[in-house]
Amino acid sequence: MERAFLVTSTLCFLAGFAYAMYALGAKVRQPSRWNFVVMLTGFILQSGFLHLRSGEVGRCPLTSLFERLVFLSWSVVLLYFVVGSTYRLSLLGMFTAPLVFLIQVIAQLLPGASLPAVRKASLGFWPELHNAISLVAYGAFALSCVAGVMYLVQERHLKRHTLNSFFQNLPPIANLAVAVQRMMLAGFALLTAGIVAGFFAGHAAAATIALAVCVWLPYGVLLILRSTHRISSRRIAWLAVAAFTLALSTLGALNAVHMSN
Amino acid sequence: MEVLYLGLSHKTAPVETRERFAVPDAHLGEFSSLLAQAPGVREAVVISTCNRVEYYAAAEDGAEGLRTVSNFIAEKTGHAPQAPTFLELKSAEGIRHLFRVVSGLESMVIGETEILGQVKKAYQSAQTAGATSRTLNKLFQRAFNVAKEVRTKTSITRGAVSVGSAAVELAEKIFGKLDACNVMVLGAGETAEMTAKALQSRGAKAIFVSNRTYERAVSLAEMLGGRAIHFDQWEREFDAMDILIGSTGAPHAVVTNAKISPLMTRRQDRPLFCIDLAVPRDFEASVNDIEGVYLYDIDALQGIAEQSMQVRRQELVRCEEMIERHVADFSKWLTTPHHGFGGASGMQPEGAK
Repeated sequence: MERAFLVTSTLCFLAGFAYAMYALGAKVRQPSRWNFVVMLTGFILQSGFLHLRSGEVGRCPLTSLFERLVFLSWSVVLLYFVVGSTYRLSLLGMFTAPLVFLIQVIAQLLPGASLPAVRKASLGFWPELHNAISLVAYGAFALSCVAGVMYLVQERHLKRHTLNSFFQNLPPIANLAVAVQRMMLAGFALLTAGIVAGFFAGHAAAATIALAVCVWLPYGVLLILRSTHRISSRRIAWLAVAAFTLALSTLGALNAVHMSN
Repeated sequence: MEVLYLGLSHKTAPVETRERFAVPDAHLGEFSSLLAQAPGVREAVVISTCNRVEYYAAAEDGAEGLRTVSNFIAEKTGHAPQAPTFLELKSAEGIRHLFRVVSGLESMVIGETEILGQVKKAYQSAQTAGATSRTLNKLFQRAFNVAKEVRTKTSITRGAVSVGSAAVELAEKIFGKLDACNVMVLGAGETAEMTAKALQSRGAKAIFVSNRTYERAVSLAEMLGGRAIHFDQWEREFDAMDILIGSTGAPHAVVTNAKISPLMTRRQDRPLFCIDLAVPRDFEASVNDIEGVYLYDIDALQGIAEQSMQVRRQELVRCEEMIERHVADFSKWLTTPHHGFGGASGMQPEGAK
């Protein structure tokens, strides 16, 4: 049952992306409403999967890279609903859908992803809180990356004077610059909270704290440079993409640590 | 019941003719009401804008109804409506014409939306004056729905179709809302003035005008409600500007890469939108290479306007298909046996006149 939820939610995100592409090509206005419906359906199915999975593993479903990636994609969609409406970034859903689709496909293709869940002893409140908040922070970084890509696309259109329907549907470049920065800040605050929770967890979270700090530091530097205007919006957009790639790689590193243990 | 149309527009009559038949806004309701009371006509709506004067009526006998409308126009304006200046349409043709008008397909600038508001106003005046009943109420309500559908499901209203509106559209794609944007006009050309006005109408915070002839700058600044700056001082004010419009008659570039690059570093990453309306150009082309600067010259803006116009023309077929569906649907309703009097405001039985 849980697997069906996950596969269907993955298809929802693929459908959301496909529809948005079609809508842009067909010059249909306001494709965001359909995106919203598809994203919401995908999110409900993701939540269903995580709920059933947590019942099976007996704790927050973050026991493998497969589960962490699904939890990350759930966080991305959760934040998309919070942020998308706040900034009225109509195409955020369209850009978010392929990212979430990709993460979930990778998760399902991982070796061991199809194995049944194994019940494990609870790690305790603080380690689980640390893991969960840190991954939600990664979700915010993912959205900052998505907004960064949107910024770069819009900037290219403006510079090259290619004002096609893609351009028409993208939000103003100034709003995208703000969104990149704010999502980065939100992720940074969440990751800080996750690291603090990790300190309360003691030795149980030592490896994840170390990796979280590896992500926390570059984002901290970026935010300082940005707030002091020492770095341009264009560069921060590129770095938002690069930093998220780094954050994703730490998930792989974390898995390697767990496997060696 | 038949829907009738008698009217002229920018397509059939020059402005000298249109003004002879124009009806002041304040008299639209009265004209509609008087026409609705004329023999052979049951309901009427009169629309009068700078581009069209149109009489819509509902009558049992189409030919008699059109004669009545024609006589009414002649009596009220002192000029008899004649073909080909005036167009006479009945039933489906009249319905189609109204749907096309409210959708902006008959407008001078295809897809413009102002006409919808004007028709709504005229209809409301007629309705308030008791000149409409079931047929025209239903027709106009349907027309407004058609206009909405056409606007939301096609790109007929999308894109900028003039240099000024293209500049506004780009500015909004860069800054979002323009209420925090300062605009500086270098020179005092007519297109620059229109562009500045377009930006101002979309909420631009302040307009600054700088010209080699200071008096001309003062005059334009006064007209725009802005501030004049001596030409040798515009760079001092540059930091506070978001949009720079070039429209001088200088034979060489006034705004160069070398001049702007160091100034941009002081702007704390605020983007700069440069609009070059001058020929020869006021901005060096390489200004567009500076990070955060977006330069558009007159050709680029005209290209955007033409591109939008082309998109609108391409969308005409889709709009017409939509309209045709509604015309068939409404015509069917009009000819169904249950269609008749009752239920709408202003109705009156046949013998009441």
